[in-house]
Amino acid sequence: MMAEQTEPRPVAMRPRMKLHRAVWPLLALAAILIVSGIVSPGFYNIRIVEGRLFGNLIDIVYRATPTALVALGMAVVIGTKGIDLSVGSTIAITGAVIAWRIQMGDPHLVVLMMALGAATLCGIWNGFLVAGLGIQPIIATLILMVSGRGIGLLINLLYGGTNPSFESALLQGLSTGHLMSIPTRLFLAAAIFLALWLIIRRTALGLFIESVGGNAAAANLAGVNARLITFVAYVLCALCAGWAGVIMTADTHTSDPVSVAMYIELDAILAVVIGGGSLAGGRIHLGMTVIGALVIQALTTSILISGLPPEYNLVVKAVVVLFVLLLQSDNARRAITSPFRGRAR
Amino acid sequence: MINAKYLPLAATVTVFVALFLVGGMMYRNFLSTLVLGHILADNAFVIIAAIGATFVILSGGIDLSIGSMIGFVGVCMAVLDQAGWHPLASAALLLCFGILFGAMQGYLIDFCEIQPFIVTLAGLFLLRGACFMVSLDSVPIRHEFVQTFATTRIPLPGRGFLTSSAIVMLLSLAVAIFIAHFTRFGTNIYAIGGDKESARLMGVPIRRTTVMIYGLGGFYSALAGVIYALYTSSGYPLAGSTTELSAIAAVVLGGTLLTGGVGLVAGTVFGGMILGLISTLIIFHGSLNSAWIMISSGMLLFGFIVLHRFLVGSFDLRGSS
Amino acid sequence: MPAEPAAVPRIAMRAIRKAFPGVLALDGVDLALRPGEVHALLGENGAGKSTLIKILTGAVRRDSGEMWLDGQPIDPGSTGEAQAAGISTVFQEVNLIPTMSVTKNMALERAAGRFGMISWRKAREQARAKLARLGVDIDIERPLGSFSVAVQQLVAIARALEDNTRVLVLDEPTASLDAKETTALFSIMRELKARGIAVVFITHFLEQVYEVGDRITVLRNGRLVGTAAASDVSRPDLVSMMIGRELGEVERAFSEKDAMAAGPVRLSARGLGRKRVLEPFDLILRQGEVVGLAGLLGSGRTETAKMLFGAISADAGELTVMGTPTRNAAPRQSLRAGIAFCPEDRKAEGLVAELSVRENIMLSIQSKQGWLKRIPRRRQDELAREMIAALGIATPDAEKPVGQLSGGNQQKVVLARALASNPSVLLLDEPTRGIDVGAHAEIIKLIRKLCKDGLALLVASSELDELVAATDRVAVLRDRAKIGEISGEQITRDNIVRMIAGDDGRAD
Repeated sequence: MMAEQTEPRPVAMRPRMKLHRAVWPLLALAAILIVSGIVSPGFYNIRIVEGRLFGNLIDIVYRATPTALVALGMAVVIGTKGIDLSVGSTIAITGAVIAWRIQMGDPHLVVLMMALGAATLCGIWNGFLVAGLGIQPIIATLILMVSGRGIGLLINLLYGGTNPSFESALLQGLSTGHLMSIPTRLFLAAAIFLALWLIIRRTALGLFIESVGGNAAAANLAGVNARLITFVAYVLCALCAGWAGVIMTADTHTSDPVSVAMYIELDAILAVVIGGGSLAGGRIHLGMTVIGALVIQALTTSILISGLPPEYNLVVKAVVVLFVLLLQSDNARRAITSPFRGRAR
Repeated sequence: MINAKYLPLAATVTVFVALFLVGGMMYRNFLSTLVLGHILADNAFVIIAAIGATFVILSGGIDLSIGSMIGFVGVCMAVLDQAGWHPLASAALLLCFGILFGAMQGYLIDFCEIQPFIVTLAGLFLLRGACFMVSLDSVPIRHEFVQTFATTRIPLPGRGFLTSSAIVMLLSLAVAIFIAHFTRFGTNIYAIGGDKESARLMGVPIRRTTVMIYGLGGFYSALAGVIYALYTSSGYPLAGSTTELSAIAAVVLGGTLLTGGVGLVAGTVFGGMILGLISTLIIFHGSLNSAWIMISSGMLLFGFIVLHRFLVGSFDLRGSS
Repeated sequence: MPAEPAAVPRIAMRAIRKAFPGVLALDGVDLALRPGEVHALLGENGAGKSTLIKILTGAVRRDSGEMWLDGQPIDPGSTGEAQAAGISTVFQEVNLIPTMSVTKNMALERAAGRFGMISWRKAREQARAKLARLGVDIDIERPLGSFSVAVQQLVAIARALEDNTRVLVLDEPTASLDAKETTALFSIMRELKARGIAVVFITHFLEQVYEVGDRITVLRNGRLVGTAAASDVSRPDLVSMMIGRELGEVERAFSEKDAMAAGPVRLSARGLGRKRVLEPFDLILRQGEVVGLAGLLGSGRTETAKMLFGAISADAGELTVMGTPTRNAAPRQSLRAGIAFCPEDRKAEGLVAELSVRENIMLSIQSKQGWLKRIPRRRQDELAREMIAALGIATPDAEKPVGQLSGGNQQKVVLARALASNPSVLLLDEPTRGIDVGAHAEIIKLIRKLCKDGLALLVASSELDELVAATDRVAVLRDRAKIGEISGEQITRDNIVRMIAGDDGRAD
């Protein structure tokens, strides 16, 4: 078996368009890696210590995994022209459920199922608000974003809440373990990516989501059940966040609802945007979203390695966001190409 | 016939009074100006930030950079204090910075036609990163003005008093009400939030107004940062994290529609007070966990959002999409 | 004020041309307005009325052509500039801010005040005074959205009227008014006329044109058909200016029609209707037959087609598809029952512009199959290729985003989607809207071919010639009600025009 490389498979069937879209994020990734290689010699070194791979490149992929998983779900929701701000809260709840049920002595496989079930419930709630009640996504998901971490804390309280840390061979094996020198979470992430890709691209769900995000009225007239599709998208997103929650919680051996996955929704949205997704909806680029998450993590890791103080990380990230935004904006491009005709409509 | 405009505000005030009465029934001495004064003092910075957010949300936008602005202003105040600046001088400088930064965000939003969410998200990253670049640790502000600020207070009937934070908050509320309801600019904000395309056709200068709205939002966030720094007499690079969430929640609880166009600045103050009241009540209770603060805020938020949805539907204030 | 109205027109627009991506909206249109007249501007959807008005009022810049206001060349770059010059507009969907109070709406960018402040006392006085001039007495502190559309309309007019107003444009002001409200509006229009204001009145109600209009200008497909005094044009003439083509007999483009016996009934509607949307109507569609829906804009053509498809739910009557009574609660159920629908507004309701030609074509058949059973990619490519060939869609390949195709080809993609779902009943709403002449003929030919292949077709159209050329039976609509049906040799332009215009000619 080989390590799954996160190639942009789903778009590989549209050669011309893929080239166009994939070029920029890939170039960005390459540029970051090349600059890092020049700044810090030995950046590309990969060695095997105690039977597992070590090195910056491995580190980037390893650390990017949770964000990438969340971003994949986010890409699906953004495809419907929506957004999910509550993924961080979903992760917090997932983690709390894991710690709680392990304390209660449930079999760990059951615990895993329960954690994912809790995440699914979060998705059902969001989907109900957005698709059922017709509340604007950004507002609807704000509710769980605000209260979700509190729910996590409350679950901690169910068993006293004093010691939310736990040990679990199964979950930690999934998160921090390794298989044939390769971190298990990469296999896990690859499997989830594959599953999501199959659901999106091997059924008609992807087409339906994209049609709803692109033009909900037209999709409805073409026979697509726009509400149901939107609902499903939020559930899928929460499920992805749930898996990220499993990995993150098992990584720290503890449930910390207040600070786990802080700002992960922003990173995930950013990953989607860097991967070429538009918040206006209508397209899902799963492969490119993973690249987006890698770009973000490569940036973070490179800054750490280069000896720059880690506090530059956020500033650099902001500059990257602004740069990507300016590239995507017609007005800005026009202003750059013909500085005297920058008047907007 | 009741003006539909005031229904959400009425709901907000009712919830506030009800919560206050519940507190009074549960604890002796709760129904006093002392408690009220403390709630005002503790939440002044959130409410000030929320007032700024009200303008942004009324225009149909959103500002995520509030919390980072509070942190950034705080560390700058502290560092300038060590460099020998008077806090008022550094405050003036940072308020100007707030306006400029907000205005820049507004310009990007309109000129590049990017969602406010994303632009202000970049602002969030930028300012928080800048915080760490200025200082990694908590820096105390030692100027004697801080002492003056902390001790200046206006007594209220009963044992209570208004702290200077609360006074600044009430003053900024007065200014905000003036801007929202007595200026062309304020009317234009409501127009853009109500229907941007119609506003354009009616001659509202969209770009200038958008820039001014976010400039105003930046001003209020910076002011909140100044108050927070003086209140805690320090600058801390992580200060104000997620304050933007509390501010948005206060705005929604205050009866402003997140879709824009409908709402009152005064409502936001009550919304912020409700949030403060909830945490005070839960802290008073002692055995309840801070988790309940988040959960009850979320539940209230849910209630208000559904109420708004229902109101919008029944009064047909906006066309359904 | 010029003494000789005819000598110096209030507004003169000459050879106005405006193109939008993919559409030539206006092609050398002239318009002259005299002071103190009500000038009716008529035309079907996409005729160019809105664009012409937007150019006049500064909301859109023209590509070429000239404009004069009282003899002075003008080029307004915004509605504000036009307003300052004395050209005021009330746009179609009212276009005020429904969430704001009446006073605020009136004061927005209008109220005087120092240092950017607004004196609400003054603003209220002004608002009351302006409304009083139109005889409106309302609580001006309530949100505009809480009033009826008629009142909102009047507020918009009051807001538009300044002391210096020389031209007032009313875009479909009567679309949602009842008879009484309309009469009130007309008396206001007459009063404005008496003040020397040139009123442009856009409408699709013919009686109203004759009731209040002095002169009429008709546009069609971005071109000027003609301008005449209202007293010089008869109703049938007007209808034929709007939806007929140039005079001269139209040859029915097919002869095999008589040879074909109409097949079994595919769809039948009895008493189908919905309050305030469409009067109950009966309609039968047979296999191998093309039924036309004729009527002016706003007569209920689109509503009829959408109701048969379940996109507008009916509150009365029965619908039977292939012999089974159905309740078409949603489009996806209609699709499963074998009905397909092509909407009129391609951009808003037809296409998902971002998706490729193939994906757009697949959408309906895929939703008919459900999301689990994805149509294999090979089959998709095959189907897309078939459709592209069969309908002659001009696209470099099936993967091009459909938004980048020309109007005619986009229309064919919408049609291809409907056909791909393999329907037995096909409902087409304005299948030739906004496409060039060549594609037009092709689509007509296609409709005939589909009919021969055994489909039951319904074609709603604002093009009389299209109906005459392609249909076996025509249902005529007026004012949201079906007023009659004609078939065979009776289908001539004159007959249809007479029925729409309301001169005798009612067939049963």
